[in-house]
Amino acid sequence: MLIPLNRRTLIAGSLALGASGFALPRIALAQASGTRNLLFVLLRGAADGLSMLAPVGDHGLEALRGASLADYDGAPRIGSFFSLHPALTEIAKAAQAGEALFVHAAATAYRERSHFDGQNLLESGGQVPYAAKDGWLNRLVGLMNAAASGEPLRALAIAPSVPLALRGDAPVSSYAPSSLPDASADFIARVGALYESDAELASLWARALETRAMASDDGLRNLRDASANGALVASLMRGERGARIAMIELDGWDTHANQRGAFARQARGLDALLAAYRSGMGDGWRDTIVLVATEFGRTAQLNGTGGTDHGTASTAMALGGGVRGGRVLADWPGLGTNQLYEGRDLAPTTALESVLAGAVAEHLGLDPAQAMARLFPGRSAAPLSGIVRG
Amino acid sequence: MSKVGIALNRFGYGLARGERPPADPEAYLLRQLDTFDPAPRPIAARSATRGKTGEMLQLLRDLRERIQQTGDPAMNEAGVGTMMTEAGMDNQRAAALAALPPEYREKLAEARRVVIDDLAVRVKVAIDGPTPLVERLVHFWSNHFSVSVGKPGTQFEVGPLEFEAIRPNVLGRFSDMLKAAVLHPAMLLYLDQFQSTGPGSRVQQRRRRWANQQGGRGGLNENLAREVLELHTLGAGGGYDQDDVTELARALTGWTVPGIGRVGRFAEDQPSGAAFVALAHEPGARTIMGRRYPAGGPQQALAVLDDLAAHPATARFIATKLARHFAGDTPPPSLITRLEADFRTTGGDLAGLTRTLIASPEAWVPGPVKFRAPFEWFVAAARLTGIEGLEPRRIGRALNELGQSPWRAPSPAGYDDLAASWAAPDLLLRRAELAERMVQAVPADDVIARAEAAFPDTLSDTTRTLLTRAESGRQALALLLVAPEMMRR
Repeated sequence: MLIPLNRRTLIAGSLALGASGFALPRIALAQASGTRNLLFVLLRGAADGLSMLAPVGDHGLEALRGASLADYDGAPRIGSFFSLHPALTEIAKAAQAGEALFVHAAATAYRERSHFDGQNLLESGGQVPYAAKDGWLNRLVGLMNAAASGEPLRALAIAPSVPLALRGDAPVSSYAPSSLPDASADFIARVGALYESDAELASLWARALETRAMASDDGLRNLRDASANGALVASLMRGERGARIAMIELDGWDTHANQRGAFARQARGLDALLAAYRSGMGDGWRDTIVLVATEFGRTAQLNGTGGTDHGTASTAMALGGGVRGGRVLADWPGLGTNQLYEGRDLAPTTALESVLAGAVAEHLGLDPAQAMARLFPGRSAAPLSGIVRG
Repeated sequence: MSKVGIALNRFGYGLARGERPPADPEAYLLRQLDTFDPAPRPIAARSATRGKTGEMLQLLRDLRERIQQTGDPAMNEAGVGTMMTEAGMDNQRAAALAALPPEYREKLAEARRVVIDDLAVRVKVAIDGPTPLVERLVHFWSNHFSVSVGKPGTQFEVGPLEFEAIRPNVLGRFSDMLKAAVLHPAMLLYLDQFQSTGPGSRVQQRRRRWANQQGGRGGLNENLAREVLELHTLGAGGGYDQDDVTELARALTGWTVPGIGRVGRFAEDQPSGAAFVALAHEPGARTIMGRRYPAGGPQQALAVLDDLAAHPATARFIATKLARHFAGDTPPPSLITRLEADFRTTGGDLAGLTRTLIASPEAWVPGPVKFRAPFEWFVAAARLTGIEGLEPRRIGRALNELGQSPWRAPSPAGYDDLAASWAAPDLLLRRAELAERMVQAVPADDVIARAEAAFPDTLSDTTRTLLTRAESGRQALALLLVAPEMMRR
């Protein structure tokens, strides 16, 4: 078992779904890591885990969410206990194919309710907001570079500037479609010459051009069209020259009012992005893992404006050709008033850091304990195992 | 860099087209402290927006109620329900806006226009102004007291916060700026202070009677109190604890925005543009950072802010930030110590602090010490090209593409002041793209001479050679805009 069973433990979904994976040839890890892809999707604004993956088997849910639960009639089930939000149709298909794994009631070590601090900790991997200056994804790039010889691994932020999670000593590129007209080829060449003897600018310039050349975003003016966006990310990660580690941010999850409609819209966007990404990756999907996480969850009870306020635990997802999916990992805390964290939020029972560290370690062939210590230092929780088919 | 180049670039916004480099760099900087105009014409000429915020908040409240009643998601997409995070307006939102009733649409369009125009005023004053060092300080402090138009309802107030709370105090006392900025309507809205009420206040007592203890909305909100301690005064690790946060939050109750809600008619207008509602104020004495403050209505929060401004941790925090802004991402400890001592000796006299900075050898080290942030680069590029008649909408869009829209920082901490935030591949490419556009309609004569004047004694051979070899004056100017000399200061 992945998580010790006790009376409130529940591991839903068909464990058998993962079984076909055991038949896959075991790839030597050192060799595999060179071609493996990792996409980190950060949902900014605190995505509601109870909407993402509704614990419809919990009798407490009805009292908290009321009429909005009608949305889940006929929605895809993951096991007998959870229903996936009906807008997540493509993710549901991935789950059916055993390629999407969910972790519920997960949270970082952060127990306050500020977006800024929560995101800072989820990105820096630190325990005190603003204490760490680099991000866990950048440290991961550093670990990978140290383990392999040759060219440094390509890492990419799908954003104009580099978000904290990817900031640090290891070189990282950034790219986002903009509405500025492209500079002329002649000008670009001359700027290159201008930077020849300036190491910092030359390196930034080279990475920018390399990334731009790969981007197939004709006509895309910003990062709002979810499907085009997913295709763009795939185009930047495909093939030998593609980025191996990338990150994209989706905001708009701060659903304080009218959550039913707002969440459905957000979920459709996420679903379309991941579907387009998956299809864009083609054969590369086999070697890809997508990790989806948010800074914290939301209040269990709907507020007076049909929304939810800042809470604690939420849902995380891992998707990919090698994921042992079709399951929900959860040490389910329950939704009774006395079971809620501070009487209001879904209580955290799984460390989100363990999920992230465990997933990347298994996927990239790193020592899990070492990955945990380096990416999320000072944690007592052990990295989660069994996320990827071994 | 030469001393003249440092005075122009590290302390200012670079040389403007046609401007003569100063003969005496230090005198040039010091003179600016005497000639700075807090309200130059573009600012004095902007029409008053105070009073519109109450209407705006009422409209947002109505709109939210309509959304709930009709369940029409189109309305929510207009950006009223959640934080608006992008400056650019895309088709989706335009369509959502078009679906709104006309009175809402007009009000939201007006709000958006005010922000665009105010931003253009800020940029125009920075480009044309004769005191670039003080403009830099205005923008430094505006970022220190960061607010964001991403918060619905703040559009009519974000510009005024900079124009009314920062500019008049930029060479005055820190305590005055602190009180003006923290208690400005923009800040009260941005950090939720406007709806914070004391648990023991008459408003709450009444609400409890009515609502039969239903909980729900209202009550104490600690957002502003926490940020005042963490971001505006003492700094993280400045020696405060959760009790100090809660006590400050209690002291701040009653401070709100005029013209809102049912309690509005009890409001007493305050000099900051805010209002004080005694009915919402938590009664009683407070203890903050070991000091006791007797009950005293609006005076209570003012007294606390005065003491926080004078606290040694504040001196250290401000000195560090200022040193980082002018002398490098990792500023020399000797400079921090000197600025800190000056701040404490003068009781936070910001003109004196600036003079001490100018007199500090650490600020004059020859090598470039900072990567120019996008806003700084944009203003410097506009000055160097002499570009005129920039359309307000294009200014906003350009800054958004460059990655740093003023009054839109992603957190109350403001924009980072570190190279790691700005020296990013795609952002660099965007500067090049914009440079090629900016030179299209400006005089492109004497580019080499302009380059020599803007970067005296520091223009590299590579840059000079490439400017000489450019196929046109225009291309040479565009190259100069993205040359290494332009990227750092």
